Amino acid sequence: MSTPQPHPGAPARTREQVADLHFMDARYKLLDLAAFLDRLDRASGGEDHRVRGLRAALPLLLEKDEGRVAKILNLWSDPSIVPIEKADTKAASGVWPGLK
Amino acid sequence: MRYIEPHGHMVSRTTDDYQAMALAGCAAICEPAFWAGFDRKSADGFYDYFCQLTQHEPKRAARYGLPHYSWLCINPKESEDMALAADVLALIPEFLKAPTVLGIGEIGLNKNTRNEMKVLEQHIALAVQFDQMILVHTPHLEDKRKGTRLIMDCLKANGVVKPERVIIDHVEEHTIRDVLDQGFWAGITLYPESKATPTRAVDMIEAVAAQRVWLNSACDWGHSDPLSVPKAAQEMRRRGHSATAIDNLVYGNPVKFLSQNSRFKAPAAQA
Ligand SMILES: [Zn+2]
Repeated sequence: MSTPQPHPGAPARTREQVADLHFMDARYKLLDLAAFLDRLDRASGGEDHRVRGLRAALPLLLEKDEGRVAKILNLWSDPSIVPIEKADTKAASGVWPGLK
Repeated sequence: MRYIEPHGHMVSRTTDDYQAMALAGCAAICEPAFWAGFDRKSADGFYDYFCQLTQHEPKRAARYGLPHYSWLCINPKESEDMALAADVLALIPEFLKAPTVLGIGEIGLNKNTRNEMKVLEQHIALAVQFDQMILVHTPHLEDKRKGTRLIMDCLKANGVVKPERVIIDHVEEHTIRDVLDQGFWAGITLYPESKATPTRAVDMIEAVAAQRVWLNSACDWGHSDPLSVPKAAQEMRRRGHSATAIDNLVYGNPVKFLSQNSRFKAPAAQA
């Protein structure tokens, strides 16, 4: 268990208090994710790039230090820095298609 | 409690939503021009839309005692067509005279294309020419980090724009610090699937100095919640934040930013 590093803007709270407030929410979301992965297993065809990105993010959940959300969002981000010539679609997919 | 909804697309919402927001403590609504979910074919479509934003919608909001303000532009999703964008940009100066228009927005990028960048530059130039504040839409999902950086570079390159008169909206955990570090205001959008949830938003505001942050629902025709700002306030309350801290975030901060335009009247100051 890491040393607590409360944010400056956050009222002091214990881990038990955080769990009391948010555990059930996290629990059902994790079960939903597990069910999604099972559902994929039962379906045919190759791996979608979005699902590949999702699987690549899972180990980040178990990292010790904070900032997991930003790390995942950065992993899924387009790393290029120059504008593209033309858009092939209006919508983003959620994971940069070039992610290996 | 009292709060400002600084980014809601009320043209896409029902009158019941106005009532629910008023009952929840909403004191004013600001509505940036956006994408209607389909591409408009001509500048006439935008002319009608700007009339709706500046004339019709304030009347609808007033029935619930809500002051309604707007921001004008052609949004980045329709900016690929440069000829259309030029025609729409030409309409804007006339509408800037409307007493409830607060500035240029929501401009920005969608897929980070060259044409979107050119139209963004034209909007920034227009804002400078008419001394307008700017409300920025940042791209979604995997395009957000790159787009946010390109937009900030573009704003800085202009050389005249004051960052404190610009709000960069739809920030998330991987962009909020950059935006604040460069002196801009940051908007956290509570849009359940593609942006932030109330819980993540409160995590973010606990992590940064939140003096230049506002919360908004960006409620529109998509899966969104016009009451998400008061729901985030409720999340703060159950985490032990003081009533003053909550009021500063959901009321004080938007009032501070928006009051840079004298047209915006802080609702508390109204009789
Ligand atoms: Zn919007």
